[in-house]
Amino acid sequence: MSDIKEALKKRILVLDGAMGTMLQAYKFSEEDFRGERFKAYPTPLKGNNDLLSLTQPQAIKEIHAKYFEAGADIVETNTFSATAIAMADYQMEDLAYEINYESAKLAKEVAVEFTKKEPHKPRFVAGSIGPTNRTASMSPDVNDPGYRAITFEQLRKAYKEQVEGLVAGGADVLLVETVFDTLNAKAALFAIEQVKEQQNITIPVMLSGTITDASGRTLSGQTAEAFLISVSHIPLLSVGFNCALGANLLQPHLEAIAPKTNFAISAHPNAGLPNAFGEYEESPEEMASQIEAYLQKNLINIIGGCCGTTPEHIQKIAEVAAKYSPRPFTKVL
Amino acid sequence: MATITHNSAKKYLKLSGLEPLILNEHSNFINIGERTNVAGSRKFLRLIKEEKYDEALTIARHQVDGGAQIIDINMDDGLIDGEKAMVRFLNLIAAEPDICRVPIMIDSSKWHIIEAGLQVVQGKCVVNSISLKEGEANFIWQATQIRRYGAAVIVMAFDEEGQADTYQRRIDIAKRSYQILIDKVGFPAEDIIFDLNIFPVATGMDEHRKNAIDFIEATRWVKQHLPNVNVSGGVSNVSFSFRGNNTVREAMHSVFLYHAIKAGMNMGIVNPTMLEVYDNIPKDLLARVEDVILDRRDDATERLLDFAETVKGTKKAQVVDDAWRSLPLQERITHALVKGIDAHIIEDVEAARKEVASPIEIIEGHLMIGMNVVGDLFGSGKMFLPQVVKSARVMKKAVAYLQPFIEADKGDKQQAVGKVLMATVKGDVHDIGKNIVSVVLGCNNYEIVDLGVMVPPEKIIETAKAENVDIIGLSGLITPSLDEMVYLAKEMERQNFNIPLLIGGATTSKAHTAVKINPSYKNAVVHVNDASRAVTVVGDLLNKSTRNEYVAKLKKEYDDFRRKFLERGKTKSYITIDQARKNKFCIDWETTPIVKPKEMGVQVLHQLSLKSLLPFIDWSPFFRSWDLHGKFPAILTDEVVGEQATQLYEDAQAMVQKIIEKQLLKPKAVFGLFEANSIHDDDISVQQKGKEIAVFRTLRQQLKKRTGVPNRALADYIAPETCGKKDYIGAFCVAIFGADTLAATYKDAHDDYNAILVQALADRFAEAFAEYLHQQVRVKYWGYVNAEALSNDELIKEAYKGIRPAPGYPACPDHLEKETIWELLAVDDKIGVTLTESLAMWPAAAVSGYYFANEEASYFGVGKITLDQVEDYANRKGITIEKAKKWLYPVIADDV
Repeated sequence: MSDIKEALKKRILVLDGAMGTMLQAYKFSEEDFRGERFKAYPTPLKGNNDLLSLTQPQAIKEIHAKYFEAGADIVETNTFSATAIAMADYQMEDLAYEINYESAKLAKEVAVEFTKKEPHKPRFVAGSIGPTNRTASMSPDVNDPGYRAITFEQLRKAYKEQVEGLVAGGADVLLVETVFDTLNAKAALFAIEQVKEQQNITIPVMLSGTITDASGRTLSGQTAEAFLISVSHIPLLSVGFNCALGANLLQPHLEAIAPKTNFAISAHPNAGLPNAFGEYEESPEEMASQIEAYLQKNLINIIGGCCGTTPEHIQKIAEVAAKYSPRPFTKVL
Repeated sequence: MATITHNSAKKYLKLSGLEPLILNEHSNFINIGERTNVAGSRKFLRLIKEEKYDEALTIARHQVDGGAQIIDINMDDGLIDGEKAMVRFLNLIAAEPDICRVPIMIDSSKWHIIEAGLQVVQGKCVVNSISLKEGEANFIWQATQIRRYGAAVIVMAFDEEGQADTYQRRIDIAKRSYQILIDKVGFPAEDIIFDLNIFPVATGMDEHRKNAIDFIEATRWVKQHLPNVNVSGGVSNVSFSFRGNNTVREAMHSVFLYHAIKAGMNMGIVNPTMLEVYDNIPKDLLARVEDVILDRRDDATERLLDFAETVKGTKKAQVVDDAWRSLPLQERITHALVKGIDAHIIEDVEAARKEVASPIEIIEGHLMIGMNVVGDLFGSGKMFLPQVVKSARVMKKAVAYLQPFIEADKGDKQQAVGKVLMATVKGDVHDIGKNIVSVVLGCNNYEIVDLGVMVPPEKIIETAKAENVDIIGLSGLITPSLDEMVYLAKEMERQNFNIPLLIGGATTSKAHTAVKINPSYKNAVVHVNDASRAVTVVGDLLNKSTRNEYVAKLKKEYDDFRRKFLERGKTKSYITIDQARKNKFCIDWETTPIVKPKEMGVQVLHQLSLKSLLPFIDWSPFFRSWDLHGKFPAILTDEVVGEQATQLYEDAQAMVQKIIEKQLLKPKAVFGLFEANSIHDDDISVQQKGKEIAVFRTLRQQLKKRTGVPNRALADYIAPETCGKKDYIGAFCVAIFGADTLAATYKDAHDDYNAILVQALADRFAEAFAEYLHQQVRVKYWGYVNAEALSNDELIKEAYKGIRPAPGYPACPDHLEKETIWELLAVDDKIGVTLTESLAMWPAAAVSGYYFANEEASYFGVGKITLDQVEDYANRKGITIEKAKKWLYPVIADDV
């Protein structure tokens, strides 16, 4: 498992692109989402993408393979929403552990295959840990700013279960991503530390926040640097940003944190900003050329794509990344 | 490749709220606010006990405003559920960006309260405190948890034996704690803050003599021997024996800090109002205090006590001038109305009610007598508009109180001297001026039927008939509203109205009224642009014996004005648009610097504190909207209006404070930076990755100029496609949301003064936002200026490079261009600012426009244009000539 740390010292690692965008192409129906096992489930299940790890595992493996083929070093498990909290929307709280376990296992199988084929380029699996659909430091009720729809304890428990599933399924690294409320992320980090202690294991952790607009702040109001300080108490493999913005708009925020941390820096921006129909239309070439600007400034250790990115995007990004050496950093723990 | 950090490198404490707090070798002493501590502040304790969290938040806010860089929060009190109060208060703080921008110190002697606090704060906090009091195992466990929650920690010099009270005990406990934290917990040294116990000196007991100097010396040892740690303490303890003598206490705090900071104390709980500047302490006091703090003489305490007797601090008492309360009833009511004091009006009116037969008599008697005084003072220039609006507020409160009695009485209705319909016309949203005129007329006993904003002409006509009004007043701020007014005058003529029409609002003028509106309508059409004139004009128009004469006089005056105006208009000469293009403003595109924006594309700003806009507010127009004329800040000391201006300014500041504290208004912005080239002389092609995504059409000056003076169009400021260079342009819209709702709540409470104040402030905030964003664009998002240190005065004078002209204003008078901006930036989608059919922006407190960065770009007025350009413009824009004429007519020369 220390392989990824070794690889990170040698080159810029490439993370995969969007899972959702790729799944759309399969045009899965309600029946496809249900599969045999959930045929009679009482709630509609279409849209529960993480469930596809159980009902359409072949499709998930295909997508992982496409990203590895495109040049990704790391793929993310199909578990962005696989906490008991987010799964409650589908009344599937009890499946959280299983989805995480199976998703990590699927991704690991594909990664092992590719590593076998190309031993000089080992492939890794990052267990994706999303923000859930609740915020621990903001009130959803405008009339009561002191109200909270979720507590730290509830988040910690849900994250702990997710982490246990991902670790057991074989994830090489954990990726706490799309952090729009730092307190949620802190609950995830707390859970990870507990699992590490209880199982007496070490597993690297990547953490990626989300800057929501030109104010340069997270949704919960922190500046990029305040966010960095708030999550630096845990030894991280990398810290960075993803989602909400395209590569060019993400750059100033990466520049804001890169000189202030000894952790590796990661970025997985969107394919531009969505157009009026909510579609992302930045081409692989455009995105790669914007990312090249990061690399020229020596800002990056791990690079990938978020919403709207495809294997074509990742291929172009991987080609560019191969030309540059990684940002020097000191703390790989 | 990876470099190695040296273990010996000095590391510094970093904390965070919404913003970072980072110590470094240059850091000054970090000041921790202590007023949000139930143990330290009786007021805070009472507020928490009574669950008055709103007021408790105000205390927190004042501390941050007052310079506290961290706020300490403590809920340890026997009568409070500490855990619940801590969580509730921290959750509420999290919703206040002006407070939670600083890091939080969670202060409790109970671990469960500390942990509950750690679970609700997103930033990196400080735990206050842990110690070896209950042994090593507990200490290690708590420190491990704190680390996992991502907080720094205060470690008290306390162990199983008790609190450290000597130099040796202090350093022994600090050393032991440090070793455990570093070796067994892996706690980062820079996240450790030692509290080495500050105890009182000069208590009269010998064993307390060294309390201060021991702390100072222990601090020196700790900083030298335990790398990277911090030292803190509660400073006010040291002067405990001089409670009640602030002069001495303040001197003691300063002297103590002076020496402790030199020894390495780098943070502490200090009340900034309880500090004297070290250099300002009188020499004799200084010497005696230093003797005590540093334990330099055996009789130090006695000598300081002697001195203290001579410098007992005194307190100033606040006096409220309420002598007027003992005047007779009528005089009290008049006083309240003239001075705009609403505190006692209900009780006075109630007293009056007991004296009269029918409640209506109070309105027609007591209150009208008072309002007549107000009217006279206003008419003779001895009272100013803000005062009159405040008088109206008192009047309205009194009337509202009396209303139920009058209805119960079923007596006669109050007889108004006349009924005035007021409306802001269709498509327009601005109503500050209209509201002011309404209030002032209301004060003069006119009944006002206020239809609000965006009122369609049919509704005005219909209401005027139904209510049988005596006068109609129309208001508008943007040029398309002028058309609406003309239309309405024609409609009134067609429907055989015969009542006067008042015209007002920023875009209206006597010229337009005389030339365009007056000829369409048989009765008087009067342009009234300030509230004080409105009263006289309406009075004259409704005076039964003189009104016919007055109307005839007005008609003649406006006819003459129109003739003279038209003659004057003809004397100007214009050149053709082709000739004007040949005389365009030329920039040397070979040499002029063009800077590519750092961040291209559209961006939004939702999370901005109104506070950051405060320095950008231009106050002069604020006073103008209240008919107080003069330049800020000189206006505050102006001989004539100074007193009123000062009062208004104070009220405005209080309102601003309230708006910021309660986040009653919300600023939002969208802006974009794009590639651009000018094409066909007057158009600007806006591109994204070489693809045209919008075209801005600009208008060119056509007035014949002296030789050497160009005929400008905004397109001249963008590199033409033909020169082969890529240039850039920006567009923006900023708005302040919430003013209408807030103003309405005041209006509902019969408080027009604050309602108008809110609207006027929202407008100022919108302008300040435009200024702020322009600056951010210059130095950050576009970044064509590296550093810029301009004062607000210089900003107002536009002493910067580049311009931000707005459609509908002199450099680009066509409002239709807003539609292009809206489409380009998806303004409606992104921030919810919409355009009315007259292309006014909603909410009204909004500014939109373009960014031009070229150093030679300057503001200009297009002035009048001729029909050849109108036709050309219609063709370029792909609209009919009629449509172009309709929108451009205020600037078309031939047509006037």
